[in-house]
Amino acid sequence: MKHRFVKQFLSASVAVAVLFSLAACSNTNDLSSGSQTSNGKGGTFVYGVQTQPSHLDPYLATSADTRMILFNIFEGLVKPDKDGNLRPAVAEKSSISADALTYTFQLRKGVKFQNGEDVTAEDVKYSLETAAGLSGGKVLVAELENIRSVEIADSSTIKIHLKNPDPDFLPYLTTAIVPKGYDKQDTSPIGTGPYSFVSYTPQQSLVLKKNPYYWQKGLPYLDTVTFKLESDSNTLLTDLQSGSVDGAAVANNVASQLSGDFNIIATNSNSVQMLALNNKAEPFNKVEVRQAVSYAIDPDAIIETVDFGKGVRCGTPVIPGLKKYFDSSLTHAYDRNVQKAKQLLAQAGLAGGFDMTITVPSNYTVHVDTAQVIVNQLKEVGIRAQIKQVDFATWLSKAYQNREYQATIISVDGATLSPKSYLGRYVSGNAKNFINYSSAAYDDLYRQATEEKDETKRIELYKKAQQQLSKDAASVFLQDISNINVFRKEFSGFVSYPLYVFDASSIKAAG
Amino acid sequence: MKTAAYCFQKLLGILITMFLVTVLTFLAFNLIPGDPAQLILGTEATPQSLAELHARLGLDKSLPVRYLSWLGGLLSGDMGISLQYSKPVSALIFERLPVTAWLAGLALVFILLLSFPAGVLSAKSSRSFLGRLLDSLTVLNLALPNFFIGILCIWVLGLVLHIFTPGAYVDYRQNFQGFLRYLIFPALAIALPNAAVIAKFLRTSILAEKNSGYVATAKSKGLSDNAILLKHVLKNALIPAITLFGMIIAEVFSGSILIEQVYSLPGIGRLLISAVNSRDFPLMESLVVYIAFLVTVANFAADLLKRAADPRMKSEP
Repeated sequence: MKHRFVKQFLSASVAVAVLFSLAACSNTNDLSSGSQTSNGKGGTFVYGVQTQPSHLDPYLATSADTRMILFNIFEGLVKPDKDGNLRPAVAEKSSISADALTYTFQLRKGVKFQNGEDVTAEDVKYSLETAAGLSGGKVLVAELENIRSVEIADSSTIKIHLKNPDPDFLPYLTTAIVPKGYDKQDTSPIGTGPYSFVSYTPQQSLVLKKNPYYWQKGLPYLDTVTFKLESDSNTLLTDLQSGSVDGAAVANNVASQLSGDFNIIATNSNSVQMLALNNKAEPFNKVEVRQAVSYAIDPDAIIETVDFGKGVRCGTPVIPGLKKYFDSSLTHAYDRNVQKAKQLLAQAGLAGGFDMTITVPSNYTVHVDTAQVIVNQLKEVGIRAQIKQVDFATWLSKAYQNREYQATIISVDGATLSPKSYLGRYVSGNAKNFINYSSAAYDDLYRQATEEKDETKRIELYKKAQQQLSKDAASVFLQDISNINVFRKEFSGFVSYPLYVFDASSIKAAG
Repeated sequence: MKTAAYCFQKLLGILITMFLVTVLTFLAFNLIPGDPAQLILGTEATPQSLAELHARLGLDKSLPVRYLSWLGGLLSGDMGISLQYSKPVSALIFERLPVTAWLAGLALVFILLLSFPAGVLSAKSSRSFLGRLLDSLTVLNLALPNFFIGILCIWVLGLVLHIFTPGAYVDYRQNFQGFLRYLIFPALAIALPNAAVIAKFLRTSILAEKNSGYVATAKSKGLSDNAILLKHVLKNALIPAITLFGMIIAEVFSGSILIEQVYSLPGIGRLLISAVNSRDFPLMESLVVYIAFLVTVANFAADLLKRAADPRMKSEP
């Protein structure tokens, strides 16, 4: 009897432990591909993203992270290219009437949906009417509210009539073209894009496969693209290191921990990080105080500290990638000047400085880090700032929606390649005007710009509007934060856009 | 006190606890700021689209009305529709439950396999090198939180030794063996600190029992040390350990929430975190109630076990 019980128990435990470790050592399923392909055709690719798609219906998907994925499934009459121009997609040619009230599109022949059915003028009419709320429903895509009617001129010609003239309406026609009457877009989307939808498992993955009917010959290259939904940047890093993810857009601190198995491509994130100042909250209702804050802050030091020196300085809410409209003369409108800042504070009757709170969404490390740099910079001119971290849901409802904040840090992007996406927000009374900026001069310039038919003059007016924002120091527009794209070396062909999208159609696996 | 009366009293306690849990979770989640509709629509939301979505999600009704309709649904087995996934909450929970159940089950198996031998051995040979080593290991595991052990496992076993591929989780419906294999290390990360607690506890209570009168009596009768340990000491020392095991079950569940996040496992824990982040009211309220229910029932079962094991308890008021 001596020791028998203990021995039996121990040997049983050891046996079980050995069994388990053997089981663990036998080959685990490797999700990563590395599959051999010939001439860059075929192969599978896993792209890691740190978000959750909200809706798969392109007319309901308003979050930038969902649009980024749906870019591969849906196309509009036109679609953006990497230089920020609009290229024909479902349509082949477009023209605009002299009074900017009618847009005419010739449909491309031979375009099919991912279910193999031809795209007809009926489908296009249905899509635009549904999105613009003309078929009895509500307006789903706010930008299309200006459409009065959609007319089928003949089987391959569509005319879009507007309520008010708009010479710059084309960017909104990237709105998805969908099959007429199809009501399962939210669970099983169908479009004309290079990849078709396979499955979506919440918190795990969204899988796409090659669309065999795609109208652009030779595209896409890969057979399967999986968007792996990661819980946070740590698991994303682990998965990149372990080989279960092949590529991702990551923060600088993640990229610096990856080995030489990756190509690292830095691009703009195409959103402008800003220190938003609530123009209705004391003391930021005084222009001198806002200007003082602008002079106190050094965006270059922020870029150096939180962005490894890779971000692009802005000075305006328009992204630098929108080259035509971006007013580069404003980048250095407020170069750091401590003396001037103190002088302006004295003018505003705040010679002794003041206390303020910067509300920051805690899930964005980059904004939290930026806040810390800003606190130090403000200290030098006598402004005592403290940081209040809140979770994103709280930030969205309290700071953004209810505008209950003094200052906050956030990156703002645009849904389309139109300057309106970036500048419309600051018109007085706009629902998205979360900084409470209100200037009759700005409203007037913006209105003129949207109505001007001559492109040169229109660009000039949009620049003037940006100058007005800068003069009033509406907020501090810091930088376009760099996006670090990492790809395992066997994959090539990544193309970056001046929009927040990931285009999987050009990605190739090494042959 | 009769067992039937005791059970009735306990069940009443569970009912009251559950009712309080529903009220508190509902209030807590509805008092924190954050609007699910706003989160779904993002920064492109317009007042119109927000109002539309509020009405569609039923968020335009008053709090008491929402609470009562949710409670009514719960009692009839309908947990409502998740706001972010547009799927019934019950379907989401049942889809995820196997992952968490297997993870927790494996963790419990590991806890049993590790804690009892470690506790008994270190008590039996408390002055030898083995006993001291076991005790130090126990203290080390007590000191490290489970998510840290999880991260260590990923780093050492996954990225350095390539024993498994982090992130290569396979769905239990596709490949059950592969799924179980992937759960081993996360389960171990949950098990180690909890096993350490029980081992430490068992060691202390065995050593305490060893000094009691009946051990001396047994020794004088000529029984061997092992026989005394197994026949008398262990039996008495196990009673407090069983109580502790009831609490450990709750610990395993809360541990799995963190570990699922660390290992990207699509279980109940990760579902709860995403529900809180996106203010998915029906989903998070039902999940909390569900987890609270499992924990109270586990504790109740532990109480019954303890009663069965300890004859003294039956005579207590």
